[in-house]
Amino acid sequence: MSTPLPRPKKKDPQKRSVAATRPPEMRSRAAMHLTAAAAEGRLVMQCCSECNELLYPPRDACSNCLSTDLSIQDIASGGQLIAETTIHASPRLFFRERLPWRTGTIKLDAGPVILAHVHPDVTKHARVQVEHRLDRAGQGVFLALPEQATPHMEDEPMMRELSANPKHRRIFLTDAKSPHAPALARALLKAGASEIYAGEPESWRPHPNAAVLKDLGVEILPMDVTDEASVRKIAGEIGGKTDILINTAQFMRPGGILSRGDTGFARDELEINYLGLMRLAQAFGPSMCARTADGVNSAVAWVNLLSVGALTNAQPFGAFSASQAGAYSISQALRSEFRSAGLRVMHVFSGPTEEDEWYQQLPPPKVTSNALGRAVVDGLERGLEDVWCGDIAKDFRDRFRRDPKVLERELTMGEDGA
Amino acid sequence: MTAPESYDGVVLCAPFSTPYQRYSLDTAHYWIATALRGSLRLADLSPKDLDGFSVSSFTLFPDTAVGLTQHLGLSPRWLDSIPMGGASAGVAVRRAARAIQCGDADVVACVAGDTNHIDSFRQLLSSFSRFAVDASYPYGYGGPNASFALLTDRYMHEFGATREDFGKICITQRENALRNPNAIMKKPLTMDQYLNARPISDPIALFDCVMPCAGAEAFLVTSEDFACKRRLPYAKLSAAIERHNAHHSDHIQLRGGWTVDIDTLWNQAGLGPSDIDLLQTYDDYPVICMMQIEDLGFCAKGGAADFLRDKNLTISGDFPHNTSGGQLSAGQAGAAGGFIGMVDAIRQVTGQANSTQVENAQHALVSGFGMINFDRGLCTSASILSTGALA
Repeated sequence: MSTPLPRPKKKDPQKRSVAATRPPEMRSRAAMHLTAAAAEGRLVMQCCSECNELLYPPRDACSNCLSTDLSIQDIASGGQLIAETTIHASPRLFFRERLPWRTGTIKLDAGPVILAHVHPDVTKHARVQVEHRLDRAGQGVFLALPEQATPHMEDEPMMRELSANPKHRRIFLTDAKSPHAPALARALLKAGASEIYAGEPESWRPHPNAAVLKDLGVEILPMDVTDEASVRKIAGEIGGKTDILINTAQFMRPGGILSRGDTGFARDELEINYLGLMRLAQAFGPSMCARTADGVNSAVAWVNLLSVGALTNAQPFGAFSASQAGAYSISQALRSEFRSAGLRVMHVFSGPTEEDEWYQQLPPPKVTSNALGRAVVDGLERGLEDVWCGDIAKDFRDRFRRDPKVLERELTMGEDGA
Repeated sequence: MTAPESYDGVVLCAPFSTPYQRYSLDTAHYWIATALRGSLRLADLSPKDLDGFSVSSFTLFPDTAVGLTQHLGLSPRWLDSIPMGGASAGVAVRRAARAIQCGDADVVACVAGDTNHIDSFRQLLSSFSRFAVDASYPYGYGGPNASFALLTDRYMHEFGATREDFGKICITQRENALRNPNAIMKKPLTMDQYLNARPISDPIALFDCVMPCAGAEAFLVTSEDFACKRRLPYAKLSAAIERHNAHHSDHIQLRGGWTVDIDTLWNQAGLGPSDIDLLQTYDDYPVICMMQIEDLGFCAKGGAADFLRDKNLTISGDFPHNTSGGQLSAGQAGAAGGFIGMVDAIRQVTGQANSTQVENAQHALVSGFGMINFDRGLCTSASILSTGALA
């Protein structure tokens, strides 16, 4: 049984922050296919399309029939721990700082034998559940967990490294006025977040979230993502204690390019969705990157809530989709720029939401704020990079992956002429 | 499987070992040149007499065997590079032997050597193999210690071997090393010290691990005629096998490729395990010694701990094993770790082992094991050397 993680003490500001170190990042291209699945929490193996042999480690040719037609296939998560070791010496700084470290050999029920990180609650030679996680280098790794969950198993240091668990962490919601802010705050508090801050643009203007958030104990701070000075000021105040930033600031209005007639709304969409994200990254990114090895409540994740319109333009939100594509691209750039520090960037894609009034005219299914909150917490707890929340988002994802051109064509149908 | 032709007429001579150094400022080129010169001098040959050259090294980069020919002023008509770590010597001998038999070369120098700088072990690890990079290093980056710890853990679980059983191998090799002036380790090792040593990767502790160092080993492969004319002491090659990636569907490695070819080995030599006067196993970790003792036919699978319990593994014992102290106590000079057993075996069966000489050593079995590509060693080799001409 794991020891419950005590709430960390206030940090001595005179103490040096531990610099981030990372596990090895180098992988072959074939192994990147596994990482891509781990980014969504899927356990996969490489599979030969001709003889169906499951292959591990990932290869460029089948070791059973020499076919080069290999694909990725989801597999069952059960397995048996057949050998284990607790490492007490490693030349790699990341592990050296975290010794002793337990690893083992797992015979998967699906067939292949893998090496995996082994949770301390797994007993010798026991059956295990294998999960596919992203490590601090952002690469896919296998994690062997006890078959039955044990108390406080998420509190083990190994689990904290292989997740962005919000427990005991301080969260910043960038826009308190987002229709999703209350549900997000509730979900994060339930998951053990220690403090939540929320930025509030145009503080003089009353809004229904204010009372709800205050009741939840959320600290409201005046900040407008369109105002660089206000973003810098709040980053100066809380940037050094923001462990998870969730960008809830979003401006959205229906309308394509022609129907709007001018660029007024588009300017707002870019100011908030595109430039706003950039301002936040420039103000909060450096201090978060400097604190990724700062103990139990280290900086761990940056979360961007995105519309699936980011993937391909979706009318009648044609102009808004363009701003989402821009935000998505910035977010990918942030992945690259945060990588060395080990700060995770999580994208939560969703379709239309129930609480956002500008989606009122769209038919169901729509995503509720509560579902969004659960998806964010689940994604953080599992250390995911890409989360697809709701049926519309999953449908878009699958269609996009099957053929992006077909999806584009389906979404750009004209009207029947007379 | 076709039975291989015999190695009649092929001999090994001029065994030379450099002293080993924990850390060296010099390069692999320096160490290889030193060992090559030492071997040639023993045979009273000059580099110009050499027409075959076989090299094993991990730290020559960016050079290869080709670069070494120009670097060292050699002009061989037969050139080989054996990147097989602990199995290198057995493989180098097999290839050189056929070159001699077929007339592709008259004298082949087989050399293995590496340097060891302060950070070179970490750097060597970082690019060892693609499978290791993809599927082994991300899990704790324990290097070979962690990989062999897993095999040891499983071996102990399956066969009931204990740490004391492994300790016996390490302790007696240290005794042998104390008689070898070139060995890195100079102090005796007790069972208490072995059992209470700093843990490295459970169940492996400090004295289960080799000491990486710098050094080189060399010998010559030539024809019996050549050796006789030059009046060189020589060993005959009675048999030799190699195998790669055997038993790949085993979930974890408890046996090596020797089991596939073991009958070939004994049939070719016309000998059996009881005829062997000394055994040189590849001893990167003691569990691998046990695996070889089983797979080479000295006892049944899983029986090595029992088998060794009433044996004396020292130079003067009834089962002389790793007579120079092996890598565990003499040191692991990179790829030279794959040569240390072979070079010492040549010395032993030609009566040139001086302070480590096994009395009346006529037949030596030398076994090699190398290259943990992902979760197991892929290369195995074994050779039987027999007395040709004593010193």
